[in-house]
Amino acid sequence: MTSETPQPPPGRTSYADRRKQRLDALAAASADEEGGVSLILSAWRRLRRNPVFLVGLAITVTFVVLAIIAPWLAPYDPAARPLLDDIRPQSNPVPGPEPGHPLGGDDKGRDLLSRLLVGSQQTLMVGVLATLFGLLGGVTLGTIAGAFAGWTDSLVMRIVDVMLSIPSLLLAFTIAALASSPSQWTLIIAIATVQVPIFARLLRGSMLGQRASDHVLAARSLGVKPHAIVFRHMLPNALGPVIVQATLVLAVAIIDAAALSFLGLGNPDDRRPEWGQMLGAAQPYLGQEPHLAFYPAACIIVVALGFTLMGESLREALDPKTRR
Amino acid sequence: MSTQRIQPAARHGEPLLAVRDLRVTFGRRGEEPFRAVDGVSFDVRPGQTVGLVGESGCGKSVTSLAIMGLLPTRGNTVEGSAVFDGEDLLSLSAPQMRDRRGADIAMIFQDPLSSLNPVIQIGRQVTEVMERHQGLSRKEAMPKAADLLERVGIPDPTARLANYPHQLSGGMRQRALIAMALACQPRLLIADEPTTALDVTIQAQILALLKELVVETGTAMVMITHDLGVVAGLCDEVNVLYGGKIVERGDRHTLFARPRHPYTVGLLNSIPRLDAPRGEALSPIPGSVADNLPWDSACAFAPRCPNALDVCVRQTPQWDGDDVVGLRCFNPMAVSR
Repeated sequence: MTSETPQPPPGRTSYADRRKQRLDALAAASADEEGGVSLILSAWRRLRRNPVFLVGLAITVTFVVLAIIAPWLAPYDPAARPLLDDIRPQSNPVPGPEPGHPLGGDDKGRDLLSRLLVGSQQTLMVGVLATLFGLLGGVTLGTIAGAFAGWTDSLVMRIVDVMLSIPSLLLAFTIAALASSPSQWTLIIAIATVQVPIFARLLRGSMLGQRASDHVLAARSLGVKPHAIVFRHMLPNALGPVIVQATLVLAVAIIDAAALSFLGLGNPDDRRPEWGQMLGAAQPYLGQEPHLAFYPAACIIVVALGFTLMGESLREALDPKTRR
Repeated sequence: MSTQRIQPAARHGEPLLAVRDLRVTFGRRGEEPFRAVDGVSFDVRPGQTVGLVGESGCGKSVTSLAIMGLLPTRGNTVEGSAVFDGEDLLSLSAPQMRDRRGADIAMIFQDPLSSLNPVIQIGRQVTEVMERHQGLSRKEAMPKAADLLERVGIPDPTARLANYPHQLSGGMRQRALIAMALACQPRLLIADEPTTALDVTIQAQILALLKELVVETGTAMVMITHDLGVVAGLCDEVNVLYGGKIVERGDRHTLFARPRHPYTVGLLNSIPRLDAPRGEALSPIPGSVADNLPWDSACAFAPRCPNALDVCVRQTPQWDGDDVVGLRCFNPMAVSR
């Protein structure tokens, strides 16, 4: 339903006009009380005015844009060592800030700002890909469980329960450590695997709800085939909570990725910077040069916070129980 | 549209659907089984509208779902037969039954607000049936869908095709559902309380529409309802269900004019009447379905029956009648006149 009301030029709105607009907005809001599209619309209407969501959105957008343009933005190649000459063993292992290097260098003489900027790419990639793979796996399992019900459901859900019973970070460590050589991809797979059971459980629950719904019964009464019932009538209606969960999982995936690479389970090649790995590399200098750890840690926290704020307010906006 | 129907001929024709001794039992292993439908038999002839009437819990919806093969398979047993056009629906395989549903037999449900898929446009939902059963492409089916919507009285049907269900009112949604059910010209339509969720003026419109469509196309209809007003307006033959058994059957004129079973009388008396004197108390049937006795050794209605005799709690009343008219009662109301 369209809620487009003609907007008169600002400053010239009369009282009656404003009142009319307000009423139109109210009418539009109450007209589409339910349904898929209007749910998203009304959620958006509330999100637009929610400062928590806006802050989250601002952080997330800034982060994503920075990550995309980082190669052009970074003043130096993150693998080059322009500050190598400044490193004097014994006296100072880390070059301090100087013109052209606002944050100084790291222990190997590389420009810290450039590394932070380019590092955001790795963080974004791991976060997004891990969430995506987790989502894919979870949606597949959840769809199978919810579509077949019966013993298939029981079997899939018992596997999921076993995975859920292991603390997620521990499980991720184990999977990452099992890989013969650590790399970006083992990291992604480890984190994705941990997310699979959460998505699967969520989707299975709402699939079973859809299965018992009137419109699925109505579709069955028209002889619609089982695969069409599942993919056209159940899955699209069941995906809502899973999508919301995905935004929250992004934050978790970023933190988990940092934790794993901090412990050396990520990409071993430090010419391609990654925030968790930078944090790990800063460990020996924590006493003298805490800023080496502070910058990447702050980046991780702010970005994770951005995704969490966005996801939480999205969840709240879409939750029928908290609506209005 | 004419309202004349060749009643006698239709009545003696070959039945389109013959339900015989239908029994539905709920209950998983280890649970006390519950018999929701207990030996129901009735016929539906082409062009005929048959009513199944009763309170909530009397087994009328379960009967329709069993005929459609829509009951969950786990924990339910369906016995008896439902012969549709020479084929026992209850013995068909699931894929065979799917080919019948929507094409030969269709169903309309109680709640039009939740019976449409909220995330798919009306047009796609209507064409889906035609794509499924008539092998049309969506492009070919779309104009037909618009025609259908027009036939069920939806204004501006072409524009409505692109609407989502929430953009339509309750009455429009029920019309859209009727359009979907009739898309493939089924020979039998089962309407499960199609007007319960609608307000009174819309109810009348929907009933008039159903009646018109049924007469126009010669579709047979099973009307399931608790609303005797609907029965009076629409049904040729009425079956009154109680506790999973048919307790009285007759054509609507006889049944309304001279009800025999005390339960039918109770149902008729509990309808609020506009012309009743102000302040007159309604006379509901005392008790509830929970008071039922088992049919095995008594009449289930006996505890609530004003006419109950000793024999009613000791013996099962047998069906006295045939497939056109009949009664299951030891002590029916006297035939006045």
